[in-house]
Formats: sequence, C-alpha cells, structure tokens
Amino acid sequence: MSLIDSVSLPRSLRLPRVDGLVQWIVPLAIIAIWQVASVTGFVPTRVLPAPSDVLLAGWKLLLSGELARNIWVSFWRASIGFLIGGSIGFAFGLANGLSQLSSKLTDTTLQMVRNVPHLALIPLVILWFGIDESAKLFLVALGVFFPIYLNTLHGIRTVDPQLIEMGRIYGMTDGELFRRVIFPGALPSIVVGIRFALGIMWLTLIVAETIAASSGLGYMAMQAREFMLIDVVVLSILIYALLGKLADSASRVLERLTLSWHPAYWKR
Amino acid sequence: MQTALRTSLPDTELATRANFAPHARVVREERPVQTSGLPLSIRGLRKSYGDNEVLRGIDLHIPAGQFVAIVGKSGCGKSTLLRLIAGLEKFDAGSISLGDAVKPEDIRVMFQEPRLLPWARVLSNVEVGLGRDRASSDAHSRAEKALTEVGLTDKRDQWPSILSGGQKQRVALARALVSRPRVLAFDEPLGALDALTRISMQRLLERVWRDQGFTAILVTHDVAEAVALADRVLVIEEGRIAHDVVVNTARPRQRGSAELAGLEGSILNHLLSADDRT
Ligand SMILES: Nc1ncnc2c1ncn2[C@@H]1O[C@H](COP(=O)(O)OP(=O)(O)OP(=O)(O)O)[C@@H](O)[C@H]1O
Ligand SMILES: [Mg+2]
Repeated sequence: MSLIDSVSLPRSLRLPRVDGLVQWIVPLAIIAIWQVASVTGFVPTRVLPAPSDVLLAGWKLLLSGELARNIWVSFWRASIGFLIGGSIGFAFGLANGLSQLSSKLTDTTLQMVRNVPHLALIPLVILWFGIDESAKLFLVALGVFFPIYLNTLHGIRTVDPQLIEMGRIYGMTDGELFRRVIFPGALPSIVVGIRFALGIMWLTLIVAETIAASSGLGYMAMQAREFMLIDVVVLSILIYALLGKLADSASRVLERLTLSWHPAYWKR
Repeated sequence: MQTALRTSLPDTELATRANFAPHARVVREERPVQTSGLPLSIRGLRKSYGDNEVLRGIDLHIPAGQFVAIVGKSGCGKSTLLRLIAGLEKFDAGSISLGDAVKPEDIRVMFQEPRLLPWARVLSNVEVGLGRDRASSDAHSRAEKALTEVGLTDKRDQWPSILSGGQKQRVALARALVSRPRVLAFDEPLGALDALTRISMQRLLERVWRDQGFTAILVTHDVAEAVALADRVLVIEEGRIAHDVVVNTARPRQRGSAELAGLEGSILNHLLSADDRT
C-alpha cells in the first residue's frame, strides 16, 4: 500500500521547486470558496459556518484554555492506547512469526477475534469500565492491535528464506539473525502496519469520545452539538483532520528514517 | 566407470596463442604455490528426498587446492551435492571428510543469487562473511581488503540495490572470501550474468583462486566455463560421478582455443548421449 503510493514520479512529470506548495493549492481554494459561499449566504451558517467563524471559535476556546486541554487529553489517550495496543500486537506478531508453537497456540484465536469489529464492543466496554479513561484506552489499544499484529507477522513470515539461510551459513546466532536479517526484512511491512494503526487510532478515539467521555475533542464536539454551537463542531472535526495528518506525516518520517535503504523511498 | 581424458598442448597451438596475446603469457605454476585449501574425500555418499534417490553413491577425492567443476543435467543433484559438502543438509549414508579440524569459516558457499542484505551497506555486507570474527577490531579493514580484491572499493558505502548484477555478485564473492575460506563452493554463481560480465567474473574467480589457494568446487551449466576454469570436470549422471575429466591445459587459458573446445565437445557428447539413453 504505502509502497505503491510512494513510487516516485519520473522527473519530467514533476513541477520543479514548487513541489511543497502545490499540494496546498486545492485545500486553500476550497476554504476560499467556502468562505465566499457563507458570506454571500449561499450556504446558511446554520448548516456550515464560515471558516472565519470557525477560526474565531477556535481563538475563543484557545484563550479559555479549553481547546488545549481537550486536544491534550485526546492526544494523550491516542498515544497511550497506541503504545499499549501496538506493543502487544508487535510482541504477538514477533512470537507467532518466530515460533511455530506460539503461532499454533494463539493465531487462530486472534484471527477469530479480529473478525469482531472492535467498535461493536463499545456497549460492553462501557459496562466493564464505565466512561473513564480505561474504556477509551482499551478500545484504542484493541483497534491498533490488529494492524500491527498482522503486519508484523506477515513481515516476519515473508522475510526472504534465502537471506535467512545465508545468515545461518555465515554463522549468525539467533539473536544476530533477528537483528541483522529478520527484523530489518520485516520492517517495511511493520511500518505499513503502523500507518494503518494510526488511522484506526483516531477513528476509534473519535467514536469512543463521542459516545462515552467527559473530556477530549469528541466530548467537546458533542457538548457543542447540545448547545447548537455548530462552529465548535466543525472546529473539532478540522482538528481531528489535522491530527490525523500529523500522525501520517510522523509515520512518513519514520519510513524515511528506517527504510532509507529501500529504492522506493529514494528521491522524494 | 571413470574416464580420464588427457590432452596435451600441441606446439603449433602454443605458437598461435603467443602471437595472439603476447602480453598475456605470464609463466605461472599449474597450482598455487602454497595451498591453504583443504582436501575433500567423499565415500559412498547417498541422499534421497522421499522416493527420489538423488545421489546414489558418490565417491570422490579432491586434493587440496584443486579447482573442480561439476556439470550434469538439470536436476541431477549438483546443488544437492554442494549443499551436503557445505553442511547445509544431512546425508543418508556415506561420509564427507575435509581433513583436519575445520571451523565453520573454512567453508563458504556462493549461490546464483547474491543474497546480499538490502538494508546493509556494501561494506557491512562483506563483514557478514567474517562469521564469528564480525565483532573483532580488524573486521573493517579485513572487509575493505576483500572489497579491494574484487575491485569494488569505491562502492563500500552504497546500498546493494544500486549495484549491477555483476557488482552484486562481486560483493557476494568478497563476503565469501573475507574469512579466508579453505573450501569455496559455487552454485552457478555466474548463471544470471550476461556473457561479457560472465567472462570478467570467470577471470576474477580464477585470479582469487590462484592468489588464495582454496579448494574450489564450481557447479555450472556451462561446459565451456567448466573447462576454462577447472583442473578437473566431473560429470554427474544418475546420482553418480559418470566421468572424471582432467583438464591439463596450462594457465592462463586461451578462451575458445581448439583444445578447450575439443574437451568441451567431448563432455557435451557425454551429457547428450546420456540424455539419449533416457
Ligand atoms: N529440499 C528438497 N526437497 C525435495 N526434493 C528436492 C529438494 N532439493 C532438491 N530436490 C530434488 O533433488 C533433485 C536434485 O536437485 P538439485 O537441486 O540438486 O539439482 P541440480 O543438479 O542442482 O539441478 P539444476 O542444474 O537445475 O540446478 C531434483 O529432482 C529435486 O527435485
Ligand atoms: Mg542447482
């Protein structure tokens, strides 16, 4: 997936120098059209407030400190949930990719659990944990677990067996073989898993915070809906989009750092 | 049944060769002067995969430092024999002995695919070849020396994916050489290369073999390559060594000379007649 969209275009097809700016033309144009449509009354502000109103709402919330607090809470939940679910998924992926026994013991079970949409567990999770932090962390961790587990497992299982044989011939110990051959070989797949997981992380958090929370961006949006503050609702949605983009950029940086050897990541 | 074909070089042949390449005629010994190679003795070696009896009793002695080529039809068990010698697989019966106590670093194998780690720079790929000495302080300099031997010093900090097929195979050769092996087994190492690169790689193989004096075992599909490089060509048929052909031509050898062509022809005839019988 990420391998395909990162194949670089031939030189002649690229616009020189403005590369970094080009991608912002369309979003900026959309915002401009939106502003004009709102100001002229073509789109009623009841339906969609003008970008300037959204900005203003954001400014007010920022001044009151509410915005920063909610973003921080959401960000914290997302990261901790991701860390927990991601490390468990990674650990199971490693274990099942490396050990037949472990794979036989747990893989079938995990594949079965995977077929349950994790958001379907929300009612159950609320019964278990109420609406406190652990409910959200649990859901995020569960959502993040599977893409990381599956991609780690797949990455390890598809490491070129000829390279593994080479490592053995050259006298690598199990630890060295893992460090020098298996892990780097599985890394492209693991990174793809991380990118998927980041998407799922936000999605899960939005849903969980919208349904059961007393703080965070999703809660802020729900509160605003109760008081008909549509500008704050739109603001929350935009912030989610920004945070999602941020997570994606972070994973791209990760890709560049760890996969610099991969020809698909060159010249970008 | 073992046949030994011995051919000596006619004088006229010598004269034309001298005219053809006057600078190339450096007088050298037939064998490396002092050999670091190990002798290899194989007795009654058998190996089957299920019902498929691949090797049905191989008897073979290779003196230390000899360059032996193994040819035979596809699927006759050449790779299997090589993998058994390299200790990559277990055999069913018989014995393989390599002289005095051998360390794992003494035997190296090179395959048709270079099998380089794509995520390691060229130099680190070569260091992999040091085996247990990887962590030693002179690992770097030894790897660099091996790269120099294959003429790729300037590529030391590159990723393998930017190298050409021939260059990758040279890195693989450097990795195999860096531990100073005493037996080097090649499984069609040049099979995937174009004709010109192949010839320059053959020269390189011959040179490092002469310089280092390891025992070389080369599996190849290309009979011309076998007679150009080897002291001795073994033909495997029906799980046994059917022919054992000595190539006495002095080195450096003139590629495409009538003498080598004659030998090549007679080995090909063996292979083809075996093919007709089946
Ligand atoms: N791991 C294996 N399991 C089962 N059969 C095998 C295995 N390895 C080799 N064989 C069989 O053993 C026979 C000899 O294989 P081998 O690879 O040694 O042939 P080869 O002479 O190297 O052929 P080629 O010239 O095509 O490389 C073949 O019939 C092959 O199918
Ligand atoms: Mg083979």
